[in-house]
Amino acid sequence: MAYDHADHADHHERGSELSEMQLRVRAIETVLAEKGYIDPAALDAIIEAYEIKIGPHIGARVVARAWADPAFKRALIEDATRAVRTLGAINRVGDHLIAVENTPKVHNMIVCTLCSCYPWDILGLPPVWYKSAPYRSRAVSDPRGVLADFGLQLPADTQIRVWDSTAETRFIVLPMRPAGTDGWSEDKLATLVTRDCMIGTGLPKRP
Amino acid sequence: MDSGSRSPRSLGRNDDSGIPRTTEGSVFHEPWEAQAFALALSLNGRGVFSWKEWAATLGEEIKKAQAAGDPDTGETYYHHWLAALERLIAAKGLADAATLARTREAWRRACARTPHGTPIELRADDFGE
Repeated sequence: MAYDHADHADHHERGSELSEMQLRVRAIETVLAEKGYIDPAALDAIIEAYEIKIGPHIGARVVARAWADPAFKRALIEDATRAVRTLGAINRVGDHLIAVENTPKVHNMIVCTLCSCYPWDILGLPPVWYKSAPYRSRAVSDPRGVLADFGLQLPADTQIRVWDSTAETRFIVLPMRPAGTDGWSEDKLATLVTRDCMIGTGLPKRP
Repeated sequence: MDSGSRSPRSLGRNDDSGIPRTTEGSVFHEPWEAQAFALALSLNGRGVFSWKEWAATLGEEIKKAQAAGDPDTGETYYHHWLAALERLIAAKGLADAATLARTREAWRRACARTPHGTPIELRADDFGE
């Protein structure tokens, strides 16, 4: 059986040596492929999708559409799972997506206190800090301090709501549309939407 | 699973632990992380386990590692991911720990006898002692 996976860089650096983690992953792949539980080509397709095709640009399209189209925004707030699907974004089976809207009075941010639940299908994979224990605990215990770490100072009377994601329920923050963007196209609006503003640890770029 | 997914948490105060900051960029540090990631998604897609089971198992592995002194800064995240994967694979009867360990050692031998720069292939005799 031939295995020629993506460890080439490693070969160049260290000769034929696999790390403990590589050995463990290879063992799983070998055994499960032999038993027909996995298809190595399908694994490669998944990796390619998450490395290249799926990322925050999908969420940015969702946000820009909501900014530009009041009917879509209503649909998004009402049932984000369905609304996102109408834009052609895929959604993992069983996932329930909820869009939480920022207003002048309320700022939302999302966390997964347990592990790393995250709206992958529209934001891609979470950043390292999202998976870290300090963020997972401090987002809940000290959200204002966390936002300050991210350089975000909100007015004292803005309420901060923190949403704890689960395997079944994911959140996306719908930020406020920046002033000075009247008449902008959806494409142009989307350029202002950052990953962090959809997590709630940032704000959209200024026009 | 943690509590009340729809209820906002109340504000609290304050510890001084730092949140790691990294630049944007590749979502995986090393290829094995990507492989482990794809394995879990693929098995979930085939109905081997639900995503709820997955998150619960991963959460347990993270807690276990934290208790054992893992800094849990997100850098070791895929270590926990892989531990959860191995555990669920065994729990669902796909492959037991002994089979995985034997195959891992076979890969280690294949690796050791393969010259630098040559694709590593498993042979039957890699499974022998």
